[in-house]
Amino acid sequence: MGVFVTFQSRRRDFGNNPPRQAWRAADQEHTCDMKKTYIRPLDLRHGGVDLSHGGGGRAMVQLIGEMFGRAFDNEWLRRGDDGAVLPAPAPGERLVMATDAHVVSPLFFPGGDIGCLCVHGTINDVAVMGARPLYLAASFILEEGFPLAELARIVASMAAAAKAAGVPVVTGDTKVVERGKGDGIFITTTGIGALPAGCELSGANARPGDAVIVSGTLGDHGMAIMARRENLAFESEIRSDTAALHGLVAAALAAVPQTRVLRDPTRGGLAATLNEIAQQSGVGIVLDEAAIPVDPQVAAACEFLGLDPLNIANEGKLVAICPAAAADALVAALRAHPLGARAARIGEVIADEQRFVQMKTAFGGRRMVDWLAGEQLPRIC
Amino acid sequence: MKYVDDFRDGEIARRLGAAIAREIEPGRRYAFMEFCGGHTHAISRYGVTDLLPPAVRMIHGPGCPVCVLPIGRIDQAIQLALDEGVTVCSYGDTLRVPASEGLSMLRARARGADIRMIYSAADALSLAQREPERQVVFFAIGFETTTPPTALVIRQAAKLGLKNFSVLCCHVLTPPAITAILDSPEVRDLGSVPLDGFIGPAHVSTVIGTRPYAGFAAGYRKPVVIAGFEPLDVMQAIRMLVRQVNEGRAEVENEFTRAVTEEGNLKAQALMAEVLELRSEFEWRGLGVLPNSALKIRERFADFDAEARFGLRYRPVPDHKSCDCGAILRGVKGPLDCKLFGTVCTPETPMGSCMVSSEGACAAHYTYGRFRDIPVTAA
Repeated sequence: MGVFVTFQSRRRDFGNNPPRQAWRAADQEHTCDMKKTYIRPLDLRHGGVDLSHGGGGRAMVQLIGEMFGRAFDNEWLRRGDDGAVLPAPAPGERLVMATDAHVVSPLFFPGGDIGCLCVHGTINDVAVMGARPLYLAASFILEEGFPLAELARIVASMAAAAKAAGVPVVTGDTKVVERGKGDGIFITTTGIGALPAGCELSGANARPGDAVIVSGTLGDHGMAIMARRENLAFESEIRSDTAALHGLVAAALAAVPQTRVLRDPTRGGLAATLNEIAQQSGVGIVLDEAAIPVDPQVAAACEFLGLDPLNIANEGKLVAICPAAAADALVAALRAHPLGARAARIGEVIADEQRFVQMKTAFGGRRMVDWLAGEQLPRIC
Repeated sequence: MKYVDDFRDGEIARRLGAAIAREIEPGRRYAFMEFCGGHTHAISRYGVTDLLPPAVRMIHGPGCPVCVLPIGRIDQAIQLALDEGVTVCSYGDTLRVPASEGLSMLRARARGADIRMIYSAADALSLAQREPERQVVFFAIGFETTTPPTALVIRQAAKLGLKNFSVLCCHVLTPPAITAILDSPEVRDLGSVPLDGFIGPAHVSTVIGTRPYAGFAAGYRKPVVIAGFEPLDVMQAIRMLVRQVNEGRAEVENEFTRAVTEEGNLKAQALMAEVLELRSEFEWRGLGVLPNSALKIRERFADFDAEARFGLRYRPVPDHKSCDCGAILRGVKGPLDCKLFGTVCTPETPMGSCMVSSEGACAAHYTYGRFRDIPVTAA
């Protein structure tokens, strides 16, 4: 049952008004005394989430109305129905759906926070399928005691990210768990997008001879989180690259419609993404280490912590595979977009039954670029 | 990254590789052991072997702290966390080492044991200070590099009079391990492991200096070149070893002069001597029980010795019978010779310790080198 849904069932008690107004209208019927206590707004400075905020009662309705309803305000939420009624895609278009749970720690980090991250993450999963992201659903698991001030910051960040991306949050849900049973806040977002006819991107499409391209520097998000978590002080702050990539994807596909694979290399970094593609497509990949863009700050931090930038998460980067003949055009199209300024061609797809990802090292040798064993950086997104 | 990139320059590497190839005597083969896991990692990660002439073969030595840690010691740490309810702090790599009864520290944690991954000994000490109601045990492992920080936190804990902090000291020493390899029948009598020289440890040598290796050069007639952990350091050391072999010399040479001196770090040595003393014997994974090869906490600091505080007994546990970690650590076998390698033993589900740490011979080969075992066709 959705938050905004539960809200709807409350609404029946209070009459046929939109959420917040309904609340107020109901108040009018009570005495002055009750009214004061009753409509006291959420204490966004010192207040915290308590179990009643997920209990289906008035407190929950208030949280939804004052927090989520206000921030995400749109025609679907205002209707307050159990679900959002959405128009069918244009004839010939298909739907793409993706979901992503976010459990990042810390919640706020240089360059972003869990709020914008959970919007970007799902938009990007829809976008790299070649689809135009249209709508989001958001579900919150809040821990008892979580400061409302932080929740408000997170929700505002989500709303700003959704607005900037032009993708509304049309339905949602809130649950509260007892203190100690969650870590502040977990957010799951689900996205729906429309896929134009003829667009057939898939990790299974890579063919020997294709070029491998990335849209910019690797490892920024994971290292921003890690630096914050370990209290590492670097001369200049490493910032997460979290960003919505549907604009960049659209630019890339407009320039090179024959692009075969798009992926966003999040957890596990470029290494995991390329190994997935190699497995799906039944091919090998050879990278050229010298061509892979890595920010010097991130490289230095990796050196310091003994990590490999190829294993580190990104939240605003694309990996693209296209026919070699189109590689220059694709790099140029990516570089023309603000989110792809440091795009580079970094390797090629080869025939290899073993489906290995290898790299020519800048040193002059060769090595494998394998999946990461175990967890290098838990709770990264 | 000035001072880092300088030691990874591909152009210099290519020239150095050509120089080594020129110095190779025709028909001669050279087998060198890099003792340290740090070197093993650098060789695999940068693809150093691709730049070496085929006549030079590198053998991966036992200098990986996690790899030589016997199962019985991990069991002790798990026992402390599960049965005694103490908080055990450890360096990350030890968490995945398989222990008895299908456990590892990571699995023990999933069963409710309070096991924390830390980055330095000081982290364990500050945890004990921050949470006085908790018994904190620092599971201290490693060669001479990580030993001084352990000695330091013990001394600090004594000064602070901490009642809730102790150390499970499993520190081991480099020279006895090299001796064990040189004395092994495969090297000494059978000659089944040809060994023409050693690349000596980088970080360990910053602490102990170059002098402790003199006996290997003089007594065993094996050249030793101490080298830094950057790939160009490794290549330069190989060139120096090739020259020693060609010229019939067996000396201790120092390639890592920017950090290593003859006498080492005297302050660190004094600190270790103040807090720690030799164990009469210690079990190593792969090398067996070696005399005077490890350190324990001195009587004076017994309050901070977890073995004394919790009355721990050491129970040796044999390796899995098909696991070749022992032979691999001695250089007798390579990862591919092990039946388990890449089948049931992978970095995700390691059976033996060489597959756990990225410095282990098996993990390094699996992660960085296994494409070499199978021909790959370019498009």
